[in-house]
Amino acid sequence: MKPALRVLLAPALIIALLLSAGLGNAGQTSLRGTGDLGIVIERASGSVLVIDASAHKTIFRIEGLGDLSHASAVFSRDERYAFVFGRDGGLTKVDILTGTIAKRIMQAGNSIGGAISDDGKLVAVANYEPGGVTVFDAETLELVAEVAATWSGGRSKVVGLEDAPGRRFAFSLWDAGETWVADFSTGHAPKITKLANIGKMPYDALVTGSGRHYIAGLYGEDGLTVIDLWQSPLVPRRILNGYGRGEEKLPVYKMPHLEGWALAGDRFVLPAVGRHEVLWVDARSFEEVGRTKVHGQPVFAVARPDGRHVWVNFAHPLNDMIQVIDTLSGTVVREWKAGPAILHIEFSPRGNEVFVSVRDANVVHVYDAGTFAKKAEIAAQNPSGIFLAARAHKTGL
Amino acid sequence: MPGRLLLVCILLLACALGSAAPSAADPIASPRARELERLVRQDCGSCHGMTLKGGLGPDIRAERLAGSDPASLAAIILDGVPGKPMPPWRPLLSESDALWIANYLLTETKP
Repeated sequence: MKPALRVLLAPALIIALLLSAGLGNAGQTSLRGTGDLGIVIERASGSVLVIDASAHKTIFRIEGLGDLSHASAVFSRDERYAFVFGRDGGLTKVDILTGTIAKRIMQAGNSIGGAISDDGKLVAVANYEPGGVTVFDAETLELVAEVAATWSGGRSKVVGLEDAPGRRFAFSLWDAGETWVADFSTGHAPKITKLANIGKMPYDALVTGSGRHYIAGLYGEDGLTVIDLWQSPLVPRRILNGYGRGEEKLPVYKMPHLEGWALAGDRFVLPAVGRHEVLWVDARSFEEVGRTKVHGQPVFAVARPDGRHVWVNFAHPLNDMIQVIDTLSGTVVREWKAGPAILHIEFSPRGNEVFVSVRDANVVHVYDAGTFAKKAEIAAQNPSGIFLAARAHKTGL
Repeated sequence: MPGRLLLVCILLLACALGSAAPSAADPIASPRARELERLVRQDCGSCHGMTLKGGLGPDIRAERLAGSDPASLAAIILDGVPGKPMPPWRPLLSESDALWIANYLLTETKP
C-alpha cells in the first residue's frame, strides 16, 4: 500500500473501530446521565453488564475483570465510575458511561469487597490474602496506604469493610475478633484505632445510613457487636447476646450478608446465623424486639427504601425462594419460587422496583415492588451482585 | 462390533467433553457428577472460592490437599468441622457423593 493511502485510511479505520465499539454513538445520540444506570456482576465469566434501570435493558457488556465470584462494587460520586472488587484481588474501575475499563489493577491475592470514602477520593479493599486493607487513590488507583491486619496469630482475614463519615474506614478481623477504624482525615497516613474482643469470627458488617453505627455480625458467637462512631473513645457493645438461646445452630451453607441491611421504620432487620429467622432490632436501644420465622437461612434481608417491606433470599439448598415480610405485622405476606439460585436483591433508589439475580437461570428479574408482578427479565450469565449507581450517595454502600 | 465401536465413540466423546468423573472406578453416573461438580464450584465456592483457592474457608485445591485420605475428606464434608464454619453436608449428600467430591478435589487441577 502506498504510504499516502495508508495515512488516509488510518483515521477512517479508527473511526470505524470507534463506531463498532459503540463509542461513536455518544456523538450521534443525545447526552445522558449515569444516575439511572447500574451494573450486574456475571460471576463466572469475569464480566459485568451495564444496565439501564428504567429501560430494563443491558447497554454494555464489559469483559476481562477476572474472578468475580462474590464480587461487589461501589460508585464514584459523579456516578460515572464503578469500582468492582473481584475475588482474585482485582480492582477494576469501570466507566459505565462509555462501557469501558478505565483502569484495572491486581492489588492482592484474595479479596472480599471494599468501600469508597465520604469525599470520594479513596477506595479501600478488604483482603483475605494477605490479610489487611489496601487503600487507593480513586482517580488513579495508585496505592495510598496499606494496613496489615496483624495480630498475635499472624495476619487476619479482613471482612466487613465499610466507609464512615470523616474519611474513615471501619473493618473487622475474622481471625482476631477485632474491629479497626482507619482515619484518613489528616491525609494519606491513617490513624488506626483497634478495638479488641468484639466477638468470635466477625463475618460481615454494616454501617447504618446515618454513618453513626458500625454493626458486626459474629459467626463464632450468638450475637452482634455495635460500635457508636460518634463516641470517643470507641467502645464495642454486644447486642442480641444469645439470640440462638443456646440451641444448636442449623448448618449454614452460605454466610448471610449484612451490607444489604435493612432499616425498616424504627427497626433494623438482620439475618440470624444458623437459624431460619430474621431478627428485629430497635434502632435506638439495639434491643431485640421480635423475630420472624423464614423459609431457610437468610442471606440478604433488604428493606424497600421506604421501609414498608423486607425482601429475603436464602442459602443453598433453599435458594430458589423469595419471601416478602410486612414491616408492620412482621409476617411473611408473599413468597414465591423465583428461580434457581437467587443471589441478590437490589431496589431502585425510591423503591418502586426490585432487581433480583437468578444465577442458575441466567437472568435478572425486575419486579414491581408494590404488586410483586414481574415486569421484565434481563439476560445475564450467572448473575450475582446488582449495584445501581444511586449507591454513590449512600453511606455504607 | 458396532456395539463396541459405539462404546468407544461414547468414551471418546466423554473425554472430549471433559467428563467430570475423577476416577475410572467412579460409581456415580455422569449427570450426578455434573451436579456435584456444580455444587463444588458454586456452593462450596461460597466460602472456598469458585476457583477453590480459598475465601473465608481454606484453600482446597488439589495441590493443597495432596496426600489427604479421600475417606477423611469425605468425613469432613459429611460431618463438618466443629467450632468452624464448615457445615455438615450429610443432610444434602450421600456418602458416595461425599467420596466423589473428595476424589474430585484431590484430582481436579483446572482453575
